[in-house]
Amino acid sequence: MALQSLDIERRSATTTPSPSVREPMKVAKLIDISKCIGCKACQAACMEWNDVRDSIGICEGVYDNPMDLSADSWTVMRFSEVEPEPGKLEWLIRKDGCMHCADPGCLKACPSPGAIVQYANGIVDFHEGNCIGCGYCITGCPFNVPRLSKKDNKAYKCTLCSDRVAVGMEPACIKSCPTGALLFGSKDDMTRHAEKRITDLKARGFENAGLYDPKGVGGTHVMYVLQHADKPQLYHGLPKDPQISPLVSLWKGMAKPIMGIGLGLVALAGFFHYVTAGPNEANETEEDEKEEQ
Amino acid sequence: MTNHWVDIKNANLVLIMGGNAAEAHPCGFKWVTEAKAHNNAKLVVVDPRFNRSAAVADYYAPIRTGTDIAFLGGLINYLLANDKIQHEYVKHYTNAAFLVNENYTFAEGLFSGYDAEHRKYDKSTWSYAMQPDGYAAVDETLQNPRCVFNLMKQHYARYTPEVVSNICGTPKEQFLKVCGMIAETSAPDKTMTIMYALGWTQHTVGSQMIRTAAMVQLLLGNVGMAGGGVNALRGHSNIQGLTDLGLLTNQLPGYLTVPGEKETVYEEYLAQRSLKPTRPGQMSYWQNYPKFFVSLMKAWYGKAATKENNFCYDWLPKLDKMHDVLQVFEDMHQGKMNGYFCQGFNPLASFPNKAKIGGALAKLKYLVVIDPLATETSEFWQNFGEYNDVDPAQIQTEVFRLPATCFAEEDGALVNSSRWLQWHWKGAEPPGDAKGDAEIMAGLYLRLRDFYRKEGGAFPDPILNLTWDYAILDRPSPEELAKEYNGRALADIPDPKDPTKMLLKAGQQLDGFAQIQDDGSTACGCWLFAGAWTEKGNMMARRDNADPSGLGETLGWAFAWPANRRILYNRASCDPAGKPWDPKRAIVHWNGSKWTGFDVPDFKPDSAPDQGMEPFIMQPEGVARLFALDMMAEGPFPEHYEPFETPIGTNPLHPKVVSNPAARVFKDDLAQFGTAKEFPYAGTTYRLTEHFHFWTKHAVINSVLQPQQFVEVGEELAKEKGIQDGALVKVRSKRGYIKAVAVVTKRIKPLMVNGKKVHTVGVPLHWGFKGVAKNGYLANTLTPFVGDANTQTPEYKSFLVDIEKA
Ligand code: SF4
Ligand code: SF4
Repeated sequence: MALQSLDIERRSATTTPSPSVREPMKVAKLIDISKCIGCKACQAACMEWNDVRDSIGICEGVYDNPMDLSADSWTVMRFSEVEPEPGKLEWLIRKDGCMHCADPGCLKACPSPGAIVQYANGIVDFHEGNCIGCGYCITGCPFNVPRLSKKDNKAYKCTLCSDRVAVGMEPACIKSCPTGALLFGSKDDMTRHAEKRITDLKARGFENAGLYDPKGVGGTHVMYVLQHADKPQLYHGLPKDPQISPLVSLWKGMAKPIMGIGLGLVALAGFFHYVTAGPNEANETEEDEKEEQ
Repeated sequence: MTNHWVDIKNANLVLIMGGNAAEAHPCGFKWVTEAKAHNNAKLVVVDPRFNRSAAVADYYAPIRTGTDIAFLGGLINYLLANDKIQHEYVKHYTNAAFLVNENYTFAEGLFSGYDAEHRKYDKSTWSYAMQPDGYAAVDETLQNPRCVFNLMKQHYARYTPEVVSNICGTPKEQFLKVCGMIAETSAPDKTMTIMYALGWTQHTVGSQMIRTAAMVQLLLGNVGMAGGGVNALRGHSNIQGLTDLGLLTNQLPGYLTVPGEKETVYEEYLAQRSLKPTRPGQMSYWQNYPKFFVSLMKAWYGKAATKENNFCYDWLPKLDKMHDVLQVFEDMHQGKMNGYFCQGFNPLASFPNKAKIGGALAKLKYLVVIDPLATETSEFWQNFGEYNDVDPAQIQTEVFRLPATCFAEEDGALVNSSRWLQWHWKGAEPPGDAKGDAEIMAGLYLRLRDFYRKEGGAFPDPILNLTWDYAILDRPSPEELAKEYNGRALADIPDPKDPTKMLLKAGQQLDGFAQIQDDGSTACGCWLFAGAWTEKGNMMARRDNADPSGLGETLGWAFAWPANRRILYNRASCDPAGKPWDPKRAIVHWNGSKWTGFDVPDFKPDSAPDQGMEPFIMQPEGVARLFALDMMAEGPFPEHYEPFETPIGTNPLHPKVVSNPAARVFKDDLAQFGTAKEFPYAGTTYRLTEHFHFWTKHAVINSVLQPQQFVEVGEELAKEKGIQDGALVKVRSKRGYIKAVAVVTKRIKPLMVNGKKVHTVGVPLHWGFKGVAKNGYLANTLTPFVGDANTQTPEYKSFLVDIEKA
């Protein structure tokens, strides 16, 4: 894959127009659940490349570990034992993490300018330097993905290895996957490949096999091939029809960069249930201080 | 493997049984994915648990642990009864038509010749009926009731689908569904590959399970074919290399064998191993045994090995019996051993019945542990609370720990499951004072030699005369060792076809084992590795993945033993006239004047098909054996015997002979076997993808991914016992107990066996009391101290336990 420019298409809480001279192709990761063996090589590769280490936890009676996404675990495997038909057991293993929505609820909800950006290639990236730790991205995300770090109170999630992609490499998880359950390329190519996989799955008896690329968030740059596309909930509660909360759109309409933050926060406090660990307020003095340091 | 990893992509059907490739061999498993994606292959998994392989299978059938011979025997019966065999293949390439000794019998679970007192067979009747001309008698019409084909048919006629289901617990329809899918591959243009691992080897009937699989593949005509074969997935790097180099007590490098204590006469030792053909026109390749043996002795003893002194044959130890690990720890436990060198091994964790192993180690005067990690074995004397509750004051064993490098810290070759010797280069310098294993061994050897030089000793010759011509005496390099294994000419070797020419000049590296001589003019450390480092250089370091056939026959990639051949027995991929059975799978063929193709032919290159040489050239009869003659300990046909700890307490086929009658059992261990009354559930141990043996609990990332010891329990049993998901449970066997977190799962279902409901308790084995993961119990606290009758591999896969809330 060619080098990818990191031109920014959208930036949280910003109205400055985006560059538009170059038109990089849209990228996508395809996760073929029918090929995944749950080996967690992708989890290990994610920790290695991004240099994060979650803590050594405990076994809670399932294969999943770590048990949830965190500031140090940007992807986790979710294991579900299901019987879609009586007596027909399936062990569905879904790699969970950021979906890189075309219409990202996190970015729309974020009140801090430039804390969340969407590149022209479709990747949604958090720039923690600008993050104020308010946690609104979490509430804005229909997939419950971003996590605040206990260490620095900033939000973290999968970057789709934007650093690797920028220099023409595939994300670390893709490189590590032994079964080819993970693929990366242009969104068009991935969609076409998925069609072939779906034809194969249908021939093997999965009548409802299909692609998960939900329209409610404008499609995603991480897509799943599902054996049971009619029942995404089987896959550890993958939402059937994810939508950005209407409140986020409302907030977006109200928000004015920087100056609007104080007002916005007041308005949002009533809408969002999320309670963060630290103070939610960001003011310009704090921001300035940080820049000076 | 008869075939190799890449070749799995050529299969139409992949059977994973006696293994869990997705779990334990995730990287190799990619070739199953390839077979599905590009060959429209189906994947069938047969296992006690719905495992990670089953998660991506087209079909899964459950089976009770330890009953695979019943399943596969039933499959043989199905193939014969439904006429789903590759007739031409079976007739020409197996011993189906051979007549068997008239005194051979099988009745009530026992073959002829059983000696109950010694738990051994006199195998003289497990032989062919011989003709007056010295050749084995055959009936090509397969009509004679004493031919192998009919005896086999009769033997497995007992394994009806009902009997199979009753023993294995596999529902009859599911068994028949699997049979039907497999039977389709009897067509000459369809193949099945079988992937197995420790799920077959770790039973008291493990070798026979694998043999039954081989018989199935022969009946289907799937041996020697691209996309076929019987494929052992080797788990531990470098376990294939270990076997190839003969690091077992009864083996020498290249599957040559250590003489027995009665074999004091050199000529008789050789004659026993270089058998003459038992059918006309056959090759019987082991007739070359003397060449390989003599050249091995020349590699070891150089000038000291002469024709006159039988190439130092008398210096070789003569074996009284196998001194496998179970035997060694039995002896140690009886206080018969003073010291033990433990290199790259963690017996306290890895061997069965931890209490016995710990007790045995405590009787030693000294223990030397050579390992990159601080293993449990090296701290067996320390108290780690409930995980290792010993009193150090009572243990006098002196322990020396010699830190070694790990594979990533050294150059060298590893042999993978595909039999490829792949050279690798070190990725990092070893930490601290860690030294390579060869350096440690060299240091020990040189010091020992000094002692012998100074003090004489009982029998110094084999030590003092060992060839030791490495550039740096105490640090033999991987390159030097590799060249030594490959072998070289010690004198000029004339070309037998043209005496005016030289095949090799003195000092030159061998091109392959065809050049090995029996007169002492060549030296070769392992004949199977000949060709790995020739005059052209290091063949193991080659990395050309050109694949002209598209079948994955990349002859320019590394070096495969033997002779860079990728698929063993590949002559059998052609019909008797030398034409491939399946043109899409043409790997070799007869071109009118010689054998040629995309692989290195496993055959005499100029033997025309009409000369009648058969494809299995290592056998004196030239064909593969459905009837094993005297090669196996417990019988020429595999028979189902129960695990030594059986949940049904009987053998429905023959209640008087329940378990393997030829398995060796030590007296004290007999008393340590549990019964189903006390321990009602079938226990089995296994590995998880997140970890590698007992190593990776020392690594942070692996420990993050699977931090804490657990056991798997089916929902029904959990409900019965009031066990909640995530709760702590205690699992007990007759030999001890472990405590672990319960993973309650739908993936283990109770099976109906012999009128009884049998539950399985799954015990992953990766935890212990050293490392960064949460401390845990050694799983082998639970397992029984008894092994396969042929290999003595312990029965880790089938034993009895009870379970309760902790
Ligand atoms: S999944 Fe959530 S975090 Fe990721 S882009 Fe979509 S809204 Fe943002
Ligand atoms: S590496 Fe691939 S097969 Fe393994 S868990 Fe991740 S997606 Fe699944």
